[in-house]
Amino acid sequence: MSTAPTTRSAPGADEAAVRKALSSTPRPPRASAVSTALTFGWRGMLKVKHVPEQLLDVTITPVMFVLMFTYLFGGAIAGSTGEYLDYILPGILVMSVLFTTVYSGVALNTDLTKGVVDRFRSLPIWRPSPLVGSLLGDSVRYLIAGTVIVVLGVILGYRPDAGIPGVIAALALVIVFAFGLSWVFTTLGLLLRSPNAVMNAGFMGIFPVTFLSNVFVEPETLPSVLEAFVNVNPVSVLATASRGLMEGNAEAGDIAIVLATAAALTAVFAPLTTRLYRRA
Amino acid sequence: MSADSPLAIEATGLVKSFGETRAVDGVDLAVRTGSVYGVLGPNGAGKTTTIRMLATLLRPDAGSARVLGHDIVSEADAVRGLVSLTGQLASVDEDLTGRENLILLGRLLGLRRPTAKARAGELLDAFGLADAAGRLVKHYSGGMRRRLDIAASIVVTPDLMFLDEPTTGLDPRSRNQVWEIVRSLVAEGTTILLCTQYLDEADQLADGIAVIDHGRVIAEGTPGQLKASVGSGALHVRLLDPEQRPEAARVLERSLDGVHLEPDPAALSAPCSDADRAAEAVADLARAGVRIAGFSLGQPSLDEVFLALTGHAAEEEASEEELPV
Repeated sequence: MSTAPTTRSAPGADEAAVRKALSSTPRPPRASAVSTALTFGWRGMLKVKHVPEQLLDVTITPVMFVLMFTYLFGGAIAGSTGEYLDYILPGILVMSVLFTTVYSGVALNTDLTKGVVDRFRSLPIWRPSPLVGSLLGDSVRYLIAGTVIVVLGVILGYRPDAGIPGVIAALALVIVFAFGLSWVFTTLGLLLRSPNAVMNAGFMGIFPVTFLSNVFVEPETLPSVLEAFVNVNPVSVLATASRGLMEGNAEAGDIAIVLATAAALTAVFAPLTTRLYRRA
Repeated sequence: MSADSPLAIEATGLVKSFGETRAVDGVDLAVRTGSVYGVLGPNGAGKTTTIRMLATLLRPDAGSARVLGHDIVSEADAVRGLVSLTGQLASVDEDLTGRENLILLGRLLGLRRPTAKARAGELLDAFGLADAAGRLVKHYSGGMRRRLDIAASIVVTPDLMFLDEPTTGLDPRSRNQVWEIVRSLVAEGTTILLCTQYLDEADQLADGIAVIDHGRVIAEGTPGQLKASVGSGALHVRLLDPEQRPEAARVLERSLDGVHLEPDPAALSAPCSDADRAAEAVADLARAGVRIAGFSLGQPSLDEVFLALTGHAAEEEASEEELPV
């Protein structure tokens, strides 16, 4: 069959080189779970590198929120824009990072429509590594969104008492919580049919949970039923803890609640996502 | 250890249903190590579902299979360590460059970063993709994407490779390139399970073929046996005047072995695989005064195989595209 090289019009692949390539690799030992997860994180980073526009939604939206809320409502809610900025900046940091978590679900749903997922699922790797890896990659997006908010705040006159270490601690706490929450949206991303459906359902959930919190207003100003809800809403606790970390008066109890919530969300939704992904 | 086993794939009674539909309804397969085995059938016949079960992406509802000696359910991880899959949708990441795709897979398969990079470069050169290495795969042509897809499957040389319709949608030149690559893989000892809708593709590449329809294997054999069962080839003749068809049929019946009247009243065909005999038969027609509009000597198509084996055309089955769920 392969005896008539003269008739081949195939400059595409060099047969001898293909054969050499085939014979030249001994099978390496399996990659560790950490290594494969990090490799998938690297894949997420490459996508940001190739399509930097996708960073627009994590940067422009928070900027708009900060400007709008500070100058539109600042005077009315807190008496002055400066005072309101102190209150709202950690809150908006929380909100914009949490909004970004919805995109993890959207991205996973988009991924599933492509053939490459079949290849990943047929590889001898730790099964959740594509998911864990892409969430690690997303964490970098969360970090970018958070940094944009803080930098903008500083430009507008925000001076956190706890300084840079406080800001870093608050950012880290928010990102850990976002990592836990994003498993909810990856589950959603595997259950719903289209990226748009994930986006709509995701925001339908994240909007009320974020707005019915102490991100924008002090709970004391609310009707009592609503106040009760706002006080137990983990987003409120996260916002309070972030404010505390940035101001240097955080309560260990709040931080513990945030970490426990993140752990609980991960414990429930990470295995669920992995199960669904295996069958998708 | 897999080399000891004469069978790379051994499947018995595989069943997979999606809701009411039995996509795969009791498939048995026996694929020799080192061979190319073709699974031939129309869209929706159950080819992709079978491949996805064997590649451990789907769990069979019933039946069992061993791939390279490992059970596809209880030893799925061991199977995954030895096979690679080139899916029907190109299994590469469109949003990355060709080079990044290959490095990504190399890293996932356990190569160290410098080795993965070197390996990516070697494969890009071998598959004629060096110039496109830095371009995003979504800007690749269909043929380039397929070549990259196959390159990605051999970043670490697999013992068994699943190829699901590797040339569907490719132009003839790209198709030949893919065929050449497949031949090289086989020459180096990789076992290949090839799903295809094209009889000539299976004929070109496969040592054994299973014809699959409605989720069942309806015929099995070498390409030669299979073609023999449908009359190996046929001389197709179109007449200028349909009135002359009875006369033409008598002549062809005499010159060749039997005749088949096509639905078109001006067309008829006769089983024949030998060009000289076909030329003789056409000359006989001319001598008998039958006026011919055109004639051709062809291999049986998948349609003809299906017609011969099942009594219905392959086209009827193509209503529902088989897609990963």
